[in-house]
Amino acid sequence: MLQLFFGLFNGISIGSVLLIAALGLAVVFGLMGVINLAHGELMMLGAYTTFVVQNIFKMLGDPWFGAYIFVALPVAFIVAALVGLALERGVIRFLYGRPLETLLATWGVSLILRQFVRSVNGVLAIGLVVFCLLFFGAWVLLSRRLDWQKIRNGVLTILVFLSTGIATVTGFLLSGQKALAKPWFSARNVDVTAPAWLRGGLPLGNFQIPYARIFIIILTIACIVGLYLFFNRSNWGLRIRAVTQNRQMSACLGIPTNQVDALTFALGSGLAGIAGVAITLLGSVGPNTGQNYIVDTFMVVVVGGVGNLLGSIIAAMAIGTVTYLVGSGTIALLFSQNSALQGIFDFFTFFADSSMAKVMVFALIITFLQFKPAGIFPQKGRTAEL
Amino acid sequence: MINLDKGTVIKRQKRRKLLIEGIAIAAIGLVLCLLLPAILPAFRLKLLGRFLSLAIVALGIDLIWGYTGLLSLGHGIFFALGGYGLAMHLKLQLPEGQIPDFFPLYGVEKLPFFWYPFYSFPVTLIAIVLVPTIVAGLLGYLVFRNRIKGVYFSILTQAALLVFFNFFNGQQKLINGTNGLKTDTDTLFGMVVSSSGMQLAFYEVTVLSVLIIYLLCRWLTSGRFGRILIAIRDDENRVRFSGYDPTGFKVLVFAISGGIAGVAGALYTVQSGIITPSFMEVAFSIEMVIWVAVGGRGTLIGAIIGTLLVTFARTLLSEQFPEVWLFFQGALFLLVVTVLPNGIVGWVKSWGWEKLRSLLGLEEPMVTYPSLEKDPLVQQEREELESVQDNQR
Repeated sequence: MLQLFFGLFNGISIGSVLLIAALGLAVVFGLMGVINLAHGELMMLGAYTTFVVQNIFKMLGDPWFGAYIFVALPVAFIVAALVGLALERGVIRFLYGRPLETLLATWGVSLILRQFVRSVNGVLAIGLVVFCLLFFGAWVLLSRRLDWQKIRNGVLTILVFLSTGIATVTGFLLSGQKALAKPWFSARNVDVTAPAWLRGGLPLGNFQIPYARIFIIILTIACIVGLYLFFNRSNWGLRIRAVTQNRQMSACLGIPTNQVDALTFALGSGLAGIAGVAITLLGSVGPNTGQNYIVDTFMVVVVGGVGNLLGSIIAAMAIGTVTYLVGSGTIALLFSQNSALQGIFDFFTFFADSSMAKVMVFALIITFLQFKPAGIFPQKGRTAEL
Repeated sequence: MINLDKGTVIKRQKRRKLLIEGIAIAAIGLVLCLLLPAILPAFRLKLLGRFLSLAIVALGIDLIWGYTGLLSLGHGIFFALGGYGLAMHLKLQLPEGQIPDFFPLYGVEKLPFFWYPFYSFPVTLIAIVLVPTIVAGLLGYLVFRNRIKGVYFSILTQAALLVFFNFFNGQQKLINGTNGLKTDTDTLFGMVVSSSGMQLAFYEVTVLSVLIIYLLCRWLTSGRFGRILIAIRDDENRVRFSGYDPTGFKVLVFAISGGIAGVAGALYTVQSGIITPSFMEVAFSIEMVIWVAVGGRGTLIGAIIGTLLVTFARTLLSEQFPEVWLFFQGALFLLVVTVLPNGIVGWVKSWGWEKLRSLLGLEEPMVTYPSLEKDPLVQQEREELESVQDNQR
């Protein structure tokens, strides 16, 4: 009995990690039909933000250090949301209605972010700031001219090259400085020390339930409740739901769909940042951390159905539980007593390892999609595509 | 004036175009086959051979993405399956009764059952094409049957890729897991695979395969089949309403594309000397897509040009500045999607050519409806009208 409970708990805790990572994705995908392959990298940014916040709190000393995670959560949310906002305004906005192209563009962004974390140093940061100041400053100044619309394209092209040139030269001049040229994070993984009250676990019979896992489950529940309240109790939530259901009609009724898109994307990215804080509790984080989550979280969205929080929750819990029960060999153990079921035992033992469990889960998902191609809760009505 | 009937004129124009294309392809093939091996050093030639085998995958991806609108992020599966097929055959070139040297390390004494067919060379050749084709066909059938499309399809192929990667990575006892199969020191027809003679032969085979597969794709995309593929890309519902079942066509073209990737994987494996599960990494499969996008999707020649350009830039950049490569690749994705949606070939076709001509002062006379001027049917009608008027006089 206790063992079953423990298995279930582990499954739910895996599921809640999946769910917290998938929430932002589900929101964005539901609204815009956009697949954001950089979602994992936004999580990675959230994790690195946690790392920075933790280092700052280390300097403050002991009583404060335990509380760093409560500062890290909003900071990670804001950092990831800002990056997401820039991504939406800078790239994705131009690609609506072309989902496959968006997918490729976000993959490009994810490559850039990964390499950025590896090689970011003082020189690169100063170069970036110089570029942004020159480019956007000139843009703002010049856009006051009356003939702006006419000269826009030409001027912007010249500006890009000019600011890049100046930024590069600045970078070269500064690269002699040893202190500035040192990478901030380097390519290696960084470890985030959990605060003391999250280490260890709650003893329960022979087993121990790690506090970190409980914290993640609580965090996930808090995020879901927050999202639910935002969607159902606030004006912007109402607008987001309206645009999700019918974009043209909402636009006709005066909802600023552009702003709704930007807001939703920032919200989804911010949730990725929070998920990033959560994954620092599970192990060390590196530039490629985000990649481990991206496919699993998409499976959650695909199985759950688009634009439906409840579907995502059920899907995440189901995938998490099945992955754990198959991967840890619990199912195989069930059949071990009966010699008549030797074949089934062998079959499940073959899959009893975390990577082989994924093989099985994928097969199950494909089978599931044969019966419910649009997920657990498909979209209804005339606008539904599938 | 000779009064030709409408069909003959179009046929003649078509034939002339085909002839020019055929001559161009033959010329390029001859240069690649005969001239380049003579002038390039062996190392560069091997590199070119590898790039050309990657160009074959790109052709397959162009077929499904450029023409049918299915973005597969899982072509690494089929690529690696082909590679593993040939590598298994090479590993089995042993005296009677022995098994490949890595098996005893994991305590395996008997050859796993699925290795046996690969003793024979003809069976291996068939398996290289057939196994990826069947896997792709099955996956495609299960997905397309339910009208799953667009980004859902892309993400499912990526998940499938991850699953295959995990499977091959974990199964030491079946296919040597992470270490993969090294083919460098193995023999084929009694010759060592990495010897210069063998490598030259592989290069020639690669060039021939590129040509043959190019012609195959050209044939597939030019006829009625090709038009249905484009129709599926542009409006699948309309295709369905006009009485076609897109599922069959999509499964078929996805399977063909998988088979093509298998050939490419086999050729790439023998030229790089090893196959590992890393061929099935997520990043590599997405990179394949960008080759096609850079060259220009929906144009077969674009797939080849794009592959050669990007892979060449990759070797160049990652030799000099390994850090810059990822930035460059990321920027390439963004650039191609936002600024150059039709790739290099599309850009040249659409307005690069016009611009060049106007720079050279060879501008065409202004016409009100340019598209009408180019339409052979309209031209034909005009000529007919003129000839009728001539006759009346």
